[in-house]
Amino acid sequence: MDRRNFLEKSLKAGISIAATGSLAYWLYNRDVSSKDVSLKMQVRDYSVKISEEFPEMVIVRGESPSKIVKTAIEELGGIKKFISTGDRVVIKPNIGWDRVPAQAANTNPEIVKAVVELCYSAGAKTVIVTDVSCNDPRRYFQRSGIANAALSAGAIVNLPSERKFRVLKIKGEVLDEWPVYRDFIEADKVINIPIAKHHNLSGLTMSLKNWYGILGGHRSVLHQKIDESIADLATFMKPTLTILDAYRILVANGPQGGDLADVRQINTVAAGIDQVAVDAFGATLFGKKPEDLSFIRLAASRGIGRMDLSKVRTREISI
Amino acid sequence: MKNPKLYILKTARRLSQAFFLILFLFLLFKAEFRGTFDKEIQNIRIDYPVSIFLEADPLVAISTAISTHTLYQGLKWSVIVLVLTFILGRFICGWVCPLGTLNHLLSFSLGEKKRKERVKSNRYQNWQTIKYSILILMLAAAFLTTLQTGLLDPICFLTRSLSTSILPAIGWSLGKISGFLLLTNIHGIQKLSDSFFDFSEKYFLSVKQPYFHISYLLGAVFILVLALNRRIMRFWCRALCPLGALMGIASWSSIFGMEKKHERCTDCNLCLVHCQGACEPIGRVKWKAWECHICFNCRVVCPEDVIRFKFFPKDEAIESVPDLSRRRILRSASLGLIILPFSRVSDEFKVNYNSRLIRPPGSLEEKEFLARCIKCGECMKVCPNNAIHPSLLESGIEGIWSPIIIPRIGYCEYTCVLCSQVCPTGAIKKITEEEKLGIKTKKPIKIGLAFYDKGRCLPWSMATPCIVCEEWCPTPKKAIWLEETLVTSPSGEKIRVKLPYVNPELCNGCGACETKCPVADRPAVYVTSIGESRSKTNQILLNPYGKK
Repeated sequence: MDRRNFLEKSLKAGISIAATGSLAYWLYNRDVSSKDVSLKMQVRDYSVKISEEFPEMVIVRGESPSKIVKTAIEELGGIKKFISTGDRVVIKPNIGWDRVPAQAANTNPEIVKAVVELCYSAGAKTVIVTDVSCNDPRRYFQRSGIANAALSAGAIVNLPSERKFRVLKIKGEVLDEWPVYRDFIEADKVINIPIAKHHNLSGLTMSLKNWYGILGGHRSVLHQKIDESIADLATFMKPTLTILDAYRILVANGPQGGDLADVRQINTVAAGIDQVAVDAFGATLFGKKPEDLSFIRLAASRGIGRMDLSKVRTREISI
Repeated sequence: MKNPKLYILKTARRLSQAFFLILFLFLLFKAEFRGTFDKEIQNIRIDYPVSIFLEADPLVAISTAISTHTLYQGLKWSVIVLVLTFILGRFICGWVCPLGTLNHLLSFSLGEKKRKERVKSNRYQNWQTIKYSILILMLAAAFLTTLQTGLLDPICFLTRSLSTSILPAIGWSLGKISGFLLLTNIHGIQKLSDSFFDFSEKYFLSVKQPYFHISYLLGAVFILVLALNRRIMRFWCRALCPLGALMGIASWSSIFGMEKKHERCTDCNLCLVHCQGACEPIGRVKWKAWECHICFNCRVVCPEDVIRFKFFPKDEAIESVPDLSRRRILRSASLGLIILPFSRVSDEFKVNYNSRLIRPPGSLEEKEFLARCIKCGECMKVCPNNAIHPSLLESGIEGIWSPIIIPRIGYCEYTCVLCSQVCPTGAIKKITEEEKLGIKTKKPIKIGLAFYDKGRCLPWSMATPCIVCEEWCPTPKKAIWLEETLVTSPSGEKIRVKLPYVNPELCNGCGACETKCPVADRPAVYVTSIGESRSKTNQILLNPYGKK
C-alpha cells in the first residue's frame, strides 16, 4: 500500500464515519410533530357593515324563484352594498345529493343563477359556485341542475378535488383540525344559499348546517356532536350574505328526501346578514319555534347571531 | 441497399399503431362521467362508445357466443375484424392492437449485441404454439359455460390493468407531486400546478383518487408482461395471446402474404433482427403466415429484395395453418373441459356464494354471469363511486378479476346505470334508471341487504347519536327507519337517541350506509348479497317486495 492509497482510503472511511454518525445524531429521537401554540378559534369573516336604514332580513314570496331572490337583495340595499368591483365571490349552495330540483334536496338552480348574475352586475371579477357534496360531485352538480345554471350565468363551477383542501386548525369546541375546501378560504366575499329542509338528526338543515359542505374528510363522525359542530362552523364562517331558499322545502325524510310527497312548494326566500336570524325564520316555515332547534339556541348563545326575530329589522314582501 | 420508398410502409404502420393506441387511451379516459354541465341532463350516460375495442374483439365475441349461444349488441363489430383477418391475416396484431403496440415499444432496442441475440431469438420457436393451446383450452371451457378468455385477452388485460392499477397509481403519484408543489408556497408554481391538474382532471385523471382491491397484483402482472419484451421481443404476442392465436387460425384463408425469392437471400439476417412475430421471413424456409403480424419490417430492411408482400402470393413457400398435432388439440381441449366440474364442486355452489359477493346492479344470475363476464374492468373504471372492484377468490376460481362491489369503499349510486351501459358482453345487462328504481314495476333492482352489527353501532350500544346511515339511505321511503328511545349513558344519564333498523322490503343493498358508517374499521352496518334480485335462491323473504 502506498501513501497515496493510504490517504485516499482513510479519507473515504473518515467521511463515511462522520456522515453516518452525524446523521444518526440528528435523526435520533427527533421530534417531527408540528408545534402549535395559538389557542384562539379561527374565523373567516366575509361580512360587510350595513347602515340602520336597511332591514337586516328580507322575506319575499312569489312565483318566480329568480324574481323573489332579486327583490330580496334589492330590499336589503342592493347587491352593490355587499359585492364590490373586482371581488372574488364564492357562492355556496347546498348540492349535497343526487337529486333533481323537484325533489328539494338541493338549492334551487334558478336562485343560484340569479345570484351569480347579480354578483357580476355589481362588478365581481369572478364568481365561483362550489360545494363539497356528500359524494361524487360530478353527478350531483349535473343532476341538481346547479352547474348548468351557474355556468350559463358565467360562473366558474369548481368541483371539489382532494388536492384543493387545506387542513386548518379551526380550534372550535369539536372541530379541532379539519380539511377545508380552498375556495372558502381564498375568497373576498362568500354568499351562503342553503335550501330549507328537514334533517333527521338536527331537526332542520338551513344556513348554519350548510357549512358542513366546506369540509372534507370523514365528516359523518361530526353527527355525534351535531349541534356543537354546526355552531363551530358558523363561528368559523361569517358570510357576506345568507339567502335561504324556501321555494320548495322538504318536510320529511331529510336531508336526502327523494319522495315528492315530502316536498312543499311555498315560494319563499329569506335573505339576511344574520345567519342565525335567517335560520330562526326558517324554523317558522316548518311550524317550529327557533328555540325548538338546539343548534339555533347554541349559535345564539355563542353570539353568532340573534334568534329572537322581534329584535331583527325584517321586511316581508309578496310579489 | 434499402429502398427509401419502402419506408412509407413502416411509417404507415407506425401511424396506425399510434392512432389506435391513442384512441384506446382516449376512450378509456372517457369511460368516466366528468359532467356535461353545458347541458341540462338528468339521465347520465357516457357519450362515447368506450367499449368499442372490446366489442370489436373477435375473441370476446366468439367465446361469449360459444358460452351463451348469443352475440350481444356491440359485439357485431368483431365480425368486421374477423372478416378482415380472413383476407389480410394477423394485421390486427401489427397495426391495431394497443397492447401489441405497447409490447412493440418496449421491445425496441439499440446496440450491436442485442441485434445478434435477436437473430437467434427471432427465429421461430416451438413454444410459440403455447398460445394455441391456451386458446383451445379457453374455448373448450367456454363451451361448458365458464368464460376465461378475459384473463389473457389483450384488450381485456390492458383495459383491466390500466383501469384498476396503472392509472390509479399514476394519479396517486401526480397527486403527491401536486401536494409537494403547493407546499412550496410560491405563487407561480402553485398556479402552474393548479392549471395542470385542473386540465388533467377534466380529461384523463379522476377527480377522486380511486383505490382498487389487490391492485398491486394486477399492476405486477402488467409490468411483468411489459418487462418480458426486454428478453424476447413481443413475448406476450408470440407465446401467450389467445387473440393472436385466434387471428393466426383465422388467417388460414388470407389472400395477402409474403412471397420470397429464395435464391437471392444472402443470409444477412437483417429481417430476423427486426421480425416482430418470429414467422421465419428469411429465405430457404417456409414463411409461417399464422405467426406474421404483417409489420413489413422485413420487407423494408431486406437489402436483396428477397421479400415481397402481395395479394395471392405463390403458396409453395407458405405455411398457412399452425402446426398443432391432433393429440395436442385434444389435450388442451380436455384440460379446458375439466375446469368446470372441478370449480363447480367447490363449496360456493352448494351453499350460496360468498355473502360478500355483491355484483353490480343488472348483473345476471351467477352462472349466467360467469358465462358472460370477460373481466375487462370497464365497469370498475366507469363507477363514479369506486364501488366496483376486481375480485380475487371471492367469486370462486372462475370469477377471478370479475367485478364485485365492496361497499365499505364505495356504494352503488342510486340513479346510476353506467356499469350496465359500458359492459360489452351483457354480464351486466343494460338497464335504465326506471328499471333500476322500479318506477313502473314497483320492483327496484336489489343487489343485497343491509344488516346491523348492534354491538358496534353508536346509538345501539354507546348511547351516542349518529344516524348517518339513515341520512344516506337513498330510497324515497327510507329502508332504514328509526325508533327514538331513552337509553342510559355510562354516567347513568338518560339520553334520547334514534335506533336504526332495516326494512328488508325497501332495502336495495346499495351500501351507502356501509360506506358512510363512521365506525371506521369494521362498520356497524354492512351489506351482504342476500335478497339480490338476480338470484331465486339467495333470498331471505318469501315476498321480497312485501305484499302488494
